[in-house]
Amino acid sequence: MMWLDTLVQGMLLGGLYALFAAGLSLVFGIMRLVNLAHGDLIVFAAYLVLTGVTLLGLSPWVAALIAMPVMFALGWLLQAAVLNRVLGKDILPPLLVTFGLSVAVQNGLLEAFSADSRRIPAGALEGASLDLGLVTVGVMPLMTFASAILAIMALNGLFYHTALGRAFRATSDDAVTAGLMGIEPKRVFAIATGIAMVVVTLAALYLGMRANFDPSIGPARLIYAFEAVIIGGLGSLWGTLAGGIIIGVAQTAGAAVNPEWQILAGHIAFLVVMLLKPRGLFPRAVD
Amino acid sequence: MYRLTTRTRAGTATEIAVLVLVLAGLALPAVTPRGVIQDLFFILTMLTLAQIWNLLAGYGGLVSVGQQAFVGIGAYAMFAGVILLGWNPVAAILLGGLAALALAVPTAFFAFRLQGAYFAIGTWVIAEVTRLLIAQWKALGGGTGTSLPREATSNIMGTDAIRALFGVREAAARDILAYWLALALVVVVTGCIYWLLRSRLGLALAAVRDNVEAAQAVGVDVGRLKWAVFLIAAAATGLTGALIFVQTARISPEAAFAVTDWTAYVIFIVVIGGIGTIEGPIVGVLVFFALRSALADYGSWYLMTLGLAAIAVMLFAPKGLWGLISARTGLHLFPVRRRLAGPKIEGGN
Amino acid sequence: MLLETRALTANYGQFRALFGVDITVAAGECVAIIGANGAGKSTLMRSITGVIRNEAAMVLHRGEPIGALSSAEIMKRGIAMVPEGRRLFASLSVEENLLIGGQARKAPGPWSLEAVYDLFPILRERRKNPGTALSGGQQQMVAIGRALMSNPELLLCDEISLGLAPVVIRDIYAALPKVREGGAAIVLVEQDIGKALAVADRVYCMMEGRVTLVAKAAEVTREEIHSAYFGVAA
Repeated sequence: MMWLDTLVQGMLLGGLYALFAAGLSLVFGIMRLVNLAHGDLIVFAAYLVLTGVTLLGLSPWVAALIAMPVMFALGWLLQAAVLNRVLGKDILPPLLVTFGLSVAVQNGLLEAFSADSRRIPAGALEGASLDLGLVTVGVMPLMTFASAILAIMALNGLFYHTALGRAFRATSDDAVTAGLMGIEPKRVFAIATGIAMVVVTLAALYLGMRANFDPSIGPARLIYAFEAVIIGGLGSLWGTLAGGIIIGVAQTAGAAVNPEWQILAGHIAFLVVMLLKPRGLFPRAVD
Repeated sequence: MYRLTTRTRAGTATEIAVLVLVLAGLALPAVTPRGVIQDLFFILTMLTLAQIWNLLAGYGGLVSVGQQAFVGIGAYAMFAGVILLGWNPVAAILLGGLAALALAVPTAFFAFRLQGAYFAIGTWVIAEVTRLLIAQWKALGGGTGTSLPREATSNIMGTDAIRALFGVREAAARDILAYWLALALVVVVTGCIYWLLRSRLGLALAAVRDNVEAAQAVGVDVGRLKWAVFLIAAAATGLTGALIFVQTARISPEAAFAVTDWTAYVIFIVVIGGIGTIEGPIVGVLVFFALRSALADYGSWYLMTLGLAAIAVMLFAPKGLWGLISARTGLHLFPVRRRLAGPKIEGGN
Repeated sequence: MLLETRALTANYGQFRALFGVDITVAAGECVAIIGANGAGKSTLMRSITGVIRNEAAMVLHRGEPIGALSSAEIMKRGIAMVPEGRRLFASLSVEENLLIGGQARKAPGPWSLEAVYDLFPILRERRKNPGTALSGGQQQMVAIGRALMSNPELLLCDEISLGLAPVVIRDIYAALPKVREGGAAIVLVEQDIGKALAVADRVYCMMEGRVTLVAKAAEVTREEIHSAYFGVAA
C-alpha cells in the first residue's frame, strides 16, 4: 500500500501549495499583477507569527489571528503606496518593483532573524497522526488541507456572492467602466492585495508549523505557487487546488524513488502539464 | 539628398572614445595591481550580462528571471569540456555558448507559452530544473561541485606569453587573460547590440515594443523576432558564464545557477542605470560597483539597499539614472534613433 | 445649475479635442448634444465623468468644481453614465451588472432592481445570463438600468441608439420619459438628430471640438442645424 500512502501524503502536501497559490491567483485574477515577492511575503508572515509565539507567548493560532490584520494592512499599504503607481499596460515596472521587493524582504529578514532555520512550535499537534486504516496521516497535514479547502471556499464565496466580489470581477473586466460605477479601481486593488496577504498569513502558519524555515526559502514557495496556478488554469481557485495537489503528489512520488528528486519531480510535472495543456487544466480567464 | 541616419556627432565621438578606452584597457595590466584587474573583470562581465538582459527585457520585452540557467549551463559546459574532453579552458568557453544556445531552444519552447508576467517565472522554473539536473551530474561533482584540475589551469593558451610580457605569476597571468577576454566580450556584445538596434531588426524590435499588433500588421514576424533575440541572448550569456568560471576555476550548482548573482544583480544594474538604453547598464554597473565597495562590510543590508533602490528608481525615475542625465543634457552616446539628415530646409526650423 | 462646463478643454496627448466648451444642464432637464463623428461629443462625456481629468473649475456640479475628481467620486455625486458601446461587465450576470450600478451610491429614489425590471421586463427573464450573452438592444437596456440603479440626478447617455435596429431604438427611447418622471436630468449624445430632438428640451450642436449651436429643441430649424452640423449654410 506504499503507493496509496504516497498519493495521500502528496495530496495533503498539495493543500499547502494551494494555500501558497491562492493569494497569487487572486491578485493575478483581479489586476493581472504577478507579485514576485509573494514567496518572501509568506516567509515574512511566518516570522511575524513566530515572533508572536516566542516574544508574546501566544499560541500559534492566536498569533496568526493577530498577524492577519497586520498583514492585511501591509498588503493594502504596499498596493496603495507602491504597486498602484506602477500598474499599467507595460508589465515591466510592476515585475521589477516586486522583484526588488523580494530581494529587499529576503535580506531584511536575514538581517533581523539571521540565516538559522526556525520553526513555529505547535505543541502536541506536531507529531500527532490519525490512523485511517489503509494509511496513517498526520493531523497537521490534514488540517492544512482542510484549511486550503475552507480558504478557497471562502474566497469563492467572497468573489461570487458579495458586493466586494462583484467589484473585484467588474474591475478585472474593465477598470474604466468600473470607475463610472463609483468603484475606485485602486481601492479595489488595495483591498485585494490585503486579502491575499491574509491568505498568505494562513499559508505561513502551516509552513512554519510543519517544517523548518529560513529567510531564503521564499522564491521556491513562489515557484510552487506559480506552478499550481498555471496547472490549474488562470482564474480558477479550484483549479489552483488541483494544481497544488499535482505538484504535491509529484514531489512525494519523486521523493519516494529518490529523496534528491523530490523538487525536480514537481517541476517536471509542471512542464508536462504545460506541454499537454498550455492553458492549464481548468482555464477560465482569457488573457 | 535626404537620408535616414542614426549617426550623430555624439555617436561618432563615442566610437572614438570607446576605441581609446579599449586600447587603454588592453594596456592596463602593465600598470595596475592584480586586485584592480579582478575588480575590472567583475565589472566587465556584469556589464556584459546587463547589456544582454537589457536587450531581452528593455528592447525585446522578454522579462527573463532565469538568465542564471544560461550562465550555469555555459559554465558547466566549459567545465565538461576541460574535465571530460581535455579541452583547453579558453577553447571550452565556446562550448559554454553552444550549450546555452541548445538549452535556450526548449526553454523558449516552454516559456513562450506563458504570457507576460508569467513568462518571467517560467524562465525561473527552467533555471531551477536545469540546476537540479546538473546537481545530479556526478562526473562534475554533483551537488557539491568541483574545481578545474591544476594541469588545465596551469597551461591555458596564452598565459605563458602574458607571464613573460608582464613578469607576473601564473595565477595573475590567468586573471589578465580572463580580463582581456572579458574586455573583448563586452565590446563585441555591446557592439553587436548597438549594431542590431541600428539595423532593420532594431526597427522591428522598437515596433514590437511600442505595439505588437501594429508591428504584426506591417509585416514584422513577432514570434521569430522573439526567438531570435532570446537565442542570441542565451548564447552570449552562456559565453559570459563560461568565462566567469574560467576565472574562478571552481564551480558548484549553487554558485553557477545563483539567481541573486546572475539575475538579481543584473536586473538592478539595468534598472538603476536605465532600462532600454545602451548607456544605462554602463552607468548602472558603475553605481552597482560603487555601492558594493561602500557597503561590502554590511552583508545583507547591501542587497536590501539595492532592492529598495530599484523600487525607488521604478517609482520616481523609471528611465533610470541615465534617463535623468539624458533628459537634462539631451545626450545620446549610443544613438539608435533614426533621424532625417540632409541640407537645412529654407524657412524651416 | 445642476451641471455646467466652463471653457472646457481636453487633449489626447498633443492633439486637442475640445476648445473651450460651455454647456449647462438644469435639474430635470433633457439636453441633446448632436454632432458628426469626431466633433468631440464623446470627449465631452469623458471629461464630465472624470475618465479624462481636467482643471477642477472646468466642470461644475451644483456650482462646485468637480473637473479634477475621479470617475468614482463624480458618480457618487449623482452623475451616472451609460457609456458608448454599453461596456457591460463580461464576468457578471445581467442582475449583477444592474446591482453593481447601485452599490457604490445609496440614494433614495424611484429606481431599484424591481423598478428596472418593470421598465425593461425582458431583463427579468434574462437576469441569470451573462451580460454579454444578450442582444445589442438588451445589452443597451442593461447599461441604462445599471446607470439608473444609483438613482442619479443626471443621466449621461452616450450614443444609446448606435448600431441598433429602429424597432429596438424605439423601445429604448420609450424608456426615457419614465426616467425623467423619476426626476433625473438627461444628457443625450446622439448622431440621430431626429430622435434626439423628439425628446430633448434643448439641443447643443458640436463641430470640431466647439459648440456651434445652442437652441430650444422645439424652435430650432433644419437650416440652423445643418449649418451648425456641417459648418456650411444649407
